[in-house]
Amino acid sequence: MSSEVRFTDFKSDKQPTWCPGCGDFGTMNGMMKALANTGNDPDNTFVVAGIGCSGKIGTYMHSYALHGVHGRALPVGQGVKMARPDIEVMVAGGDGDGYSIGAGHFVHAVRRNVDMSYVVMDNRIYGLTKGQASPTSRSDFETSTTPEGPKQPPVNPLALALASGATFIAQSFASDAMRHAEIVQEAIEHDGFGFVNVFSPCVTFNDVDTYDYFRDTLVDLEEEGHDRHDYEAAKEVILDAGKEYQGVMYQNENSVPYHEQHGVTEDMSEIPDGAPEDAMDLVREFY
Amino acid sequence: MTEDLNWAIGGEAGDGIDSTGKIFAQALSRAGRHVFTSKDFASRIRGGYTAYKIRTSVDQVQSVVDRLDILVALTQRTIDENLDELHDGSAIIYDGERSWEANIPEEATAVDVPLKSLAEEAGGAIMRNTVALGAACEITGFDVEYLDESLEKRFGGKGSKIVENNREAARLGQEYVQENYDVDLGYDLETTDNDYVLLNGDEAIGMGALAAGCRFYAGYPITPATNVMEYLTGRIERYGGHVVQAEDELSAINMALGAARAGARSMTATSGPGIDLMAETFGLIATSETPLVICDVMRSGPSTGMPTKQEQGDLNMTLYGGHGEVPRFVITPTTISECFWKTVEAFNYAEKYQTPVYLVADLALAVTEQTFPPEAFDMDAVEIDRGKLVDDDTVDEWLDEQGRFRAHANTDDGISPRAIPGTIDGAHMSTGLEHDELGRRTEETDVRVEQVDKRNRKVETAQAEEDWDYREFGSPDAENLVISWGSNEGALVEALDYLEEEGVDVRVVSVPYIFPRPDLTDDVEAAEDVIVVECNATGQFADVLERDTLTRLKRINKYTGVRFKADELAEAIQTKLTEEVPAQ
Repeated sequence: MSSEVRFTDFKSDKQPTWCPGCGDFGTMNGMMKALANTGNDPDNTFVVAGIGCSGKIGTYMHSYALHGVHGRALPVGQGVKMARPDIEVMVAGGDGDGYSIGAGHFVHAVRRNVDMSYVVMDNRIYGLTKGQASPTSRSDFETSTTPEGPKQPPVNPLALALASGATFIAQSFASDAMRHAEIVQEAIEHDGFGFVNVFSPCVTFNDVDTYDYFRDTLVDLEEEGHDRHDYEAAKEVILDAGKEYQGVMYQNENSVPYHEQHGVTEDMSEIPDGAPEDAMDLVREFY
Repeated sequence: MTEDLNWAIGGEAGDGIDSTGKIFAQALSRAGRHVFTSKDFASRIRGGYTAYKIRTSVDQVQSVVDRLDILVALTQRTIDENLDELHDGSAIIYDGERSWEANIPEEATAVDVPLKSLAEEAGGAIMRNTVALGAACEITGFDVEYLDESLEKRFGGKGSKIVENNREAARLGQEYVQENYDVDLGYDLETTDNDYVLLNGDEAIGMGALAAGCRFYAGYPITPATNVMEYLTGRIERYGGHVVQAEDELSAINMALGAARAGARSMTATSGPGIDLMAETFGLIATSETPLVICDVMRSGPSTGMPTKQEQGDLNMTLYGGHGEVPRFVITPTTISECFWKTVEAFNYAEKYQTPVYLVADLALAVTEQTFPPEAFDMDAVEIDRGKLVDDDTVDEWLDEQGRFRAHANTDDGISPRAIPGTIDGAHMSTGLEHDELGRRTEETDVRVEQVDKRNRKVETAQAEEDWDYREFGSPDAENLVISWGSNEGALVEALDYLEEEGVDVRVVSVPYIFPRPDLTDDVEAAEDVIVVECNATGQFADVLERDTLTRLKRINKYTGVRFKADELAEAIQTKLTEEVPAQ
């Protein structure tokens, strides 16, 4: 079916309940386009989602999917991919899901370098719980639980990824549909863990990190002539607190994905009808 | 004299106590003798008292007793810790040349062997334990040659020179005792032609998993469950599987969940604190109807409790843990060989009923070894049942009018079809949210009730279709009924012999299934006296049985951190039988 797959084949018949204008619409459309463009179809694709507005994505997309518990989407995705190297795995989450409760898993997923993609819808706020500070909120961003701002610096997910040994780090903007879909597609095509932080504005609760803000400030790395294979250059743009970038910050040309490092290449869903033929050898070891 | 020998080696952690004990246990097993081992260890890497005990007989042995016949003591503390178990016929092997002044109790025979000097003569002081093994062979009339293969197995990887040196060390120990002592404790350890294998419960669980087709294991190291992961590592790959050491238990269970949804038979194993961490995902697994085996190797709790000590305190957690109400199976192997078979069952039930299965073992089962004839693990008898797995040809009958796969179809038996990724037209979403037949979120009251009922109906189906029987020992018609679960079975079965000598007739029922479980109402009602034996303070299973049977039961509870001993249990049962039944 893959030759004639259109991105709408990845759309379910469930209407999204996101607020009108939410960045997640554009983020999801880009993911679907990227999956279709890379020759995948819903029956060989597994989408894992976390909790929050971003977590709803599994419902609105059509594929094999799991909508899990808060912060644990990455381990699920890794388990799927390790068991089934033949399946395309994409994990979607939000900034709270991925960089707060799931931060530990993020670091370890990055260093394992499993061949999958991870798309984070970063709106710099907790939307579904109605507007509290998230780990990427600005330190002076006033919310119901941080009336004077969080008073702590935001997490820099790109830097966290780089420090953890990421082999692919990118950032995109939900509203720049073409670029966003391209960047996600590159993450899928990357031989290893493809990480994309997506600016996905929350039109209801975040009046600072808005569409206009990103439109006005976003610098495209491609136009800047950034060399994604240059680690030092990547470090520079990632640690540059003064600018918002889109594009691929870093890609390790020598990335060796988990399954190659560990010889995890078999379809684990197939097993014999009874114990394996040589199973008595397992018993004999105990003589 | 007696053919039932109790041997131990003790010293500080890091002294090689474990491997020395294992070498002797393997040698005895290879000589066709039954072996049952137990370990005393502290939660530290070096230092602290640690001991490896072996009970061996030509007859089957399946528990520890309060008697020590030969003790290899590397420290005074080893002697002090075991004073109660020494008797007139005990011998203590120790090294008088070492700096400590051995304070040997009067009744025991002191066998002073220059372990270190003889080891040095054989090639290195590190082999002093092997010298002690040789000495022990001489005292027990056990041919030192039986050690040779075990030494090869233990040290073969380090080169033939090391193996040769160790063999020499054993012989020097044997000869030293022969030449300098005239100890006759009356032992002449008989050997047989029987074939035995020697393994512990964790290994049996790992082996059961491989036999059952487990291909994916994710876990986080925790005592006493880590051996399951260590066993699978390096072996699961032979079958195309993989073991991941996750960053924590939350990740471990979620990875296993991912692999299970991808179609692999998956497992994670942990102990009490890890089960707590996994509880949230446990609910997701049940609600999304994912087949997964979660093994809890219990240790003393609560919190971090006593990590290296025995307890059966997690039953309530596995039975009731997690928010909301979810179907689950709780299976509790009662012996080391049952650890194997119940693991195989656990995988079948998980897939057949698409629900998490708790496989609950305890430290006493997990870390101690026992001999079995290899037929006890007859791989030809292993059957695999993958349940309602659909494929490209059978998926059609489960599609709705719009061609969408009904992953949570409301069936009579509560079990829905299962499509794994790659199955054409099987694509669907699974979620921890309440959902409709298609897996889509819903809060509609009718659908909610339908799905809850559907999931719970799986348990009813299983209850009716499967054999949730108990194991039975002793006199079938006895008026006294003793009920237990988990590792207490071995000690109880041996306690029957002691009780018989005292003229006490007892029927023992050992329960390997806690949920679903056998209905014991008739058994309880027919008995004059009913005692529930468990290694916890409050009697968690006794509570369950009281609720089931509406009858007050007597309880024997041990929560010292030490497993039941056969003779101790016999005494406790006798005492309990004379007590009044507690008030209603």
